[in-house]
Amino acid sequence: MDVSQYLEIFLDETKEHLQALNTQILELESDPENMDVINEIFRAAHSLKGMAGTMGYKRMQTLTHDMENVFSEVRNGNIKVTPDMIDVLFRCLDALEEYNNNIQETADEGTNDNEPLIKQLNDILNQNKKTQEAPTDNAAGEQKVQEAKETETSADKWDHIPLDESQIHVILAAQKQGKKVYGLNVVVQDSCILKAARAFLVFKAVEEKGEIIVSEPSAQDVEDEKFDKDFTLIVLSDATLDEVIQAAGSVSEIANVTGAPIVLENNSSYHPLEETAAEQEKPETEAAGAETAQSLPEERRAKPAAKAPEKKQTPGKPVVNRTVRVDIEKLDVLMNLVSELIIAKNSLVSFANQEHDQTSGQGFNEQIEYIESVTTNLHESVMKVRMVPIESVVNKFPRMIRDLSKTLGKKMELYMTGEETELDRTVVDEIGDPLMHLLRNAADHGLESAEVRAQRGKPETGSICLDAYQDGNNVIIEVKDDGNGIDVEGVKNKAIEKNVITPEQAANMTEKEIINLLFLPSFSTAKKVTDVSGRGVGLDVVRSKIESLSGEVEVKTKLGVGSTWIIRLPLTLAIIQALMVVVGGEKYAISLGSIQTLEDIEPSEVKLVQNKEVINLRGTVIPLIRLSEVLDVESSRSADENLIVVIVKKGDKMAGLVIDELIGQQEIVIKSLGKYMKQCKFISGATILGDGEVALILDANALI
Amino acid sequence: MEQLSTRKQEYVQEVEGKEPVETIQYIVIRLGKEQYGIDICNVDSIVRMQHITRVPKVAAYLKGVINLRGEVIPVMSLRLKMGLAEDEVTRATRIIILKLDQQGNVGIMVDEVKEVVTLEATDIEKVSYDSKDDKTNFINGVGKHDGELISLLDLSTVALEDNA
Repeated sequence: MDVSQYLEIFLDETKEHLQALNTQILELESDPENMDVINEIFRAAHSLKGMAGTMGYKRMQTLTHDMENVFSEVRNGNIKVTPDMIDVLFRCLDALEEYNNNIQETADEGTNDNEPLIKQLNDILNQNKKTQEAPTDNAAGEQKVQEAKETETSADKWDHIPLDESQIHVILAAQKQGKKVYGLNVVVQDSCILKAARAFLVFKAVEEKGEIIVSEPSAQDVEDEKFDKDFTLIVLSDATLDEVIQAAGSVSEIANVTGAPIVLENNSSYHPLEETAAEQEKPETEAAGAETAQSLPEERRAKPAAKAPEKKQTPGKPVVNRTVRVDIEKLDVLMNLVSELIIAKNSLVSFANQEHDQTSGQGFNEQIEYIESVTTNLHESVMKVRMVPIESVVNKFPRMIRDLSKTLGKKMELYMTGEETELDRTVVDEIGDPLMHLLRNAADHGLESAEVRAQRGKPETGSICLDAYQDGNNVIIEVKDDGNGIDVEGVKNKAIEKNVITPEQAANMTEKEIINLLFLPSFSTAKKVTDVSGRGVGLDVVRSKIESLSGEVEVKTKLGVGSTWIIRLPLTLAIIQALMVVVGGEKYAISLGSIQTLEDIEPSEVKLVQNKEVINLRGTVIPLIRLSEVLDVESSRSADENLIVVIVKKGDKMAGLVIDELIGQQEIVIKSLGKYMKQCKFISGATILGDGEVALILDANALI
Repeated sequence: MEQLSTRKQEYVQEVEGKEPVETIQYIVIRLGKEQYGIDICNVDSIVRMQHITRVPKVAAYLKGVINLRGEVIPVMSLRLKMGLAEDEVTRATRIIILKLDQQGNVGIMVDEVKEVVTLEATDIEKVSYDSKDDKTNFINGVGKHDGELISLLDLSTVALEDNA
């Protein structure tokens, strides 16, 4: 057995537990008396410890163990929760996270013992010395009990070695010949370095006295050092038990050898082999099933085996794949759809084999429609499988804001809504950093100091809101603060000072354009560089990250009142519903998500405002964009024909795209255009049509 | 098997007979009246001319994109890139799909694909770099084969994005 196969699960679960701990400790800070929270924390810490132990990560285990001690004291009411303690606990969580990251990268927890932290934890415990002593006694006692159990279980280990028929046969035959069968359990000293060599000497010594029939772990595994501390043998011998034990014990660095004669049931009779085998198995299963005390050795036996391979420490990166946990229901739906698809395929095949008569055309179309609906549903459910709630990312933010609040010395509160909003897994993974930057910005630049807030008549505690919600085919994430807002003049001056723009340019720029300067690389308006932000790497990283996910960032701000950062992300990346249109004989796709309506407009309805074409559509003035001009092609329509206009929307802005012809709605797979074609801003990609032709995808957002 | 054994013989002769010579295989293409060689290491495949979807607002030498076995591949005109006249598509016109480390797969349109030649290092003459003449920028050597000259294309500059 190899623990590496559990590494992924371990990492996943550790992350979950750490997250839970973070959230719960935060809650504990605000409500130190809440017993439910304390219990919850205790449980999470306990499972974390158990998991780390099973996987053999000793340092992680030690740290969690000490944390657990603190929690247990808190639970027993022996220590009170103090802000200092919370700080220490948070630092412990950070250390655990570091372990986890190390494990993810190298399959090893690293060498950081985090002794200062452990000492701090113990200091907390020692503050209440009297009460503290009792539990350690308890713990020690428990340990003793456990040790006692261990020796007890090792004593009859050989009883639980599965024997196959031939082995039983050999034993029975030997017993008939008057030889004796012993079970031996050999424990190697902890300090022993060459376990395999010692074990080999034991094997040799025992074989001088008799014959080893069975070894657990197998002789090969023992030779490869694939055992923990002990191994079990079944030996046939003429010698007495003591002689055998003595022979094994004579090898140096062997801590302990225990043994007992084994008596197989029905040994004297001539029962057929099958029956003896069955008899032999029976007590095994009974032991495992019925009594818990009896099943303990079973566990013990599995454990050393599990631990063994990790001792070898194979270097090189473990392949920890990114995984998505999928609701089994979603998979069921997927399975059903795939079976439907197969049925549809089969009926097509049988259809193709049929004699074609007059009515076949209609039947064929039916089949096509069937397949179409199945594939659409299939796509939808595959997409759903890839969707995960953004919860996993935003959950760490309350903790971050708390820390920021301490380091910045500002009081602030984070309000989050819509954590359950789902996004594609790839997007969720990437969105964490940009959001963190925005929150840090809001905390550092956005919120004013307490004095300024008091002057402006704002509540002392600043509030930062993180709201996520779905809007059509997009997911919107807003980061809002009630702080200072962006000082447009300040930004303008800074930009001039930094030679980003000339004063003349600045005079002609709109407020929005100036705010957009903030997204330029190395542009930071913070007066001093702090730990939190102000190195000018934040906002341009935010924008490039979001844009790489084909999303957008926008800012709305009012000086003195606050600012709102709006991130708009597509629900999914790979496949979209699109409207196929023709412009100048070329086919283009427009994402259905951005399309509001299709309009048929008479040429006379087109008006000119500031020399730009607009239409008045049911009371709204919408600018027209003639795609044929944008795309450098000749429109195939004459000027006096009615215009086909696709009304698209981006945020609260609308535009009408004038096209030549409509083809219809189609599901398209987005392909990248590659590096060369990046110059063309309003083409977001390409897709391959049914006839093998390539059609370009128009990015309506870039056109507006 | 027979082929293999003859090949082996050839190889043995080659190894024993004379010092091993470094050889490079080139695909010889025609562009107007000139012959150019493309290092075969960089060639993924050669496809017939097909419909190219134009991409607006890009440099003129970028003809557009094609569908190559389900992937969208950009195609450029070697003629326009090198400042020659616009391509005339004939039956002989081919698109050579290059695989490049940096840019990924790129197709280049050529007038004709003629043959594959093996050139020894001694057959290749390096071209002295002349920055005034644009066309030499694309060539990193001239190969001699059967009394003809083959200009060897420097693909790193051919595939460079902004020099046309």
